[in-house]
Amino acid sequence: MYVNRAARQPHENEAMDPVHRPAVELSVLTRRFKSLTAVDHLSFEVRPKSIFGLLGSNGAGKTTVIKMLTTLLPPTSGTASVAGFDIVREPDEVRRHIGYVSQMLSSDGELTGYENLLISAKLYGLSGAERRTRIGQALEFMDLAGAADRLVGHYSGGMIRRLEIAQCMLHRPAVLFLDEPTIGLDPVARHGVWRHIEQVRDEFGTTVFMTTHDMDEADHLCETVAFMHRGKLAGLGTPGELKAKAGPEATLDDVFIELTGNAPGEAGSYREVEQVRRTAARLE
Amino acid sequence: MDFALFLRQTLAVAEADIRKLRHDPWELASRMVQPMLWLLIFGEVFAHSRAIPTGSLGYLDFMAPGILAQSVLFVAIFYGVSIIWERDLGVLQKFLVSPAARPALVLGRALASGVRGLSQALIVFLLAFLLGVKLRLGVLPIAGVIATILLGSAIFCTFSLIVACMVKTRERFMGIGQIMTMPLFFASNAIYPIAMMPDWLRSIAAFNPLTYQVDALRAFMIEGAHSDYGLGIDFAVQLAVLALLTALATNRYPTIAQ
Repeated sequence: MYVNRAARQPHENEAMDPVHRPAVELSVLTRRFKSLTAVDHLSFEVRPKSIFGLLGSNGAGKTTVIKMLTTLLPPTSGTASVAGFDIVREPDEVRRHIGYVSQMLSSDGELTGYENLLISAKLYGLSGAERRTRIGQALEFMDLAGAADRLVGHYSGGMIRRLEIAQCMLHRPAVLFLDEPTIGLDPVARHGVWRHIEQVRDEFGTTVFMTTHDMDEADHLCETVAFMHRGKLAGLGTPGELKAKAGPEATLDDVFIELTGNAPGEAGSYREVEQVRRTAARLE
Repeated sequence: MDFALFLRQTLAVAEADIRKLRHDPWELASRMVQPMLWLLIFGEVFAHSRAIPTGSLGYLDFMAPGILAQSVLFVAIFYGVSIIWERDLGVLQKFLVSPAARPALVLGRALASGVRGLSQALIVFLLAFLLGVKLRLGVLPIAGVIATILLGSAIFCTFSLIVACMVKTRERFMGIGQIMTMPLFFASNAIYPIAMMPDWLRSIAAFNPLTYQVDALRAFMIEGAHSDYGLGIDFAVQLAVLALLTALATNRYPTIAQ
C-alpha cells in the first residue's frame, strides 16, 4: 500500500524486488521559489501498476511536484525516484521511462493527429515497422483512427486529451503523469478519458500518477490519494479510508475541506489560473 | 552518445516545424514583403544615386546578398517568441520530458529556422534576377548559399532561444527583438562596405557574425564578387559562434519551462 515513508520502511526483500519497488518514491522532497516553499518535505510512495491521485487546492504544490518528478524542475532538497531512477542523478533514464500530459495542451494544434504521434515516436527513438505499428495501435486504442489526418486544432477536447495520452504511451512508459487530465471537459468526454486511463493501466501495467481538482474523478479512478495543503502532505490513503475517517456518509469533498482547513482558496498564481482557464477555453 | 539517434531526434524537432509550414504556407508569403521593399525601393534609389561606393560591383549586386542575410536574420531572431508561445500552450514541455538530447532540441529548432531562411532565398533570388543582379547560378555557388543560410539562421535562432529563456515572456521578447535586429543589421556589411564605417563601428562589425554571413553570401551569389575575409575565415567564425551559442542555449533551454 501507499504509506508515508516516515511511517514505514520497505522490507529489505521488497527493496530488492522490482515488483515491490515503488513506481514513484519521494523522500523529504522540497522546492522553494525565493521565499515561497511550494513543496515542503514531501514523502510518500506509489505502488506499481496503480492509479494514484495527488489532490489539493490551487497553489497547493501539485504541479510543482509533477514538474520535479518529470525532470522539468530540479528540487531544492530531498530526493525522489521514478521507475527506480533518481530524478536528479539519472534524469535521462527517468525521461525514457515516463509519459507526461501537462495541465495545458501538449499536442500541437497545427499538426494532424498522425503527425503529433509521428514526431513523438521519433523523439522516443522508435523507427521503421515498430513505429508504424505503435502509431496504428495508439490511434485504434484511443478511438482516433478516423481522425488521424485532421488537424488537432479541429479536434474536440476529449479527442485532444486522448491523443495526448496516446503520444505519451507510444514508448510504453512505466509511469504516466497526468496533470489535471479532464479539466475543461464535458461529462461525456471526461468519462471517455477515465475509461482510457483505466485501460492504459490494465493493458500495459502502467502506473498512473495524476493530479485533479475533481473529487468524483479521484474517487472513481484512484486506488490511493494524497492531499497536499500549502506544499505539505495533509492526508494519504485510499478514498474509502479517508472518507471513513472524515465521518459517516462523508465524501472526498468533505475530506478535502477537512484536510485543507476549510479555508477559501487563497493560493494559485496569476499565471497558473490563466493557464488553467486558457486550457479549458481551448478544450471547449 | 548514439549519433544516429541524436540526428534522428534533431530532424524530428525540425520536422515538426516544417510540417506546420506545409499546413500554413501563408506565413512564408507574408515574410516576402520586407525583402521586396528593401530591394525595390531602398536598392533602386541608392543604385541610381550612386551614394555608396561599392567598387567594381553595382549597388544592387552589392546589397542583394545583404538583404538576403537580413531576411534570414529577421526570421531567425524572432524564433524565441515561438518557443515562449509553445511553452505557454504546453507543447514545449512535451519535448522537454522526452529523452531527446538537449542539444538535439536546440539544433532541431535551428535547422527549422534555416529551412524558413531558405524560403527567403527563393524570393530574393527571383527579385534579384528580375532586377538584373549578376547572380551565380551554378550548383556549387547555390550549395554555398544554402550552407551559409543554414549556418547563419542557426546562429541567430540559437541566440534568440537564449534571449527567450532569459526574458521568458512574449511582451519582453518583442521589445528586445527590435533592439537586437537593427544594431546587428546596421553594424554589418549588409548595405554598405565596412570601409565606409567609422573605426568604432568597424570594430563592432568585426565581432558581428552577420558580417561574415554577408561576406560569404556575396562571394557565393554574385558574379565578380569575392570574400573580403576569405571563405575559410567566414565559416570558421560562424561555426565557432554557433558552437558557443548552442552550448549556452542547451544549458538555458530547460529553464524556460520552470
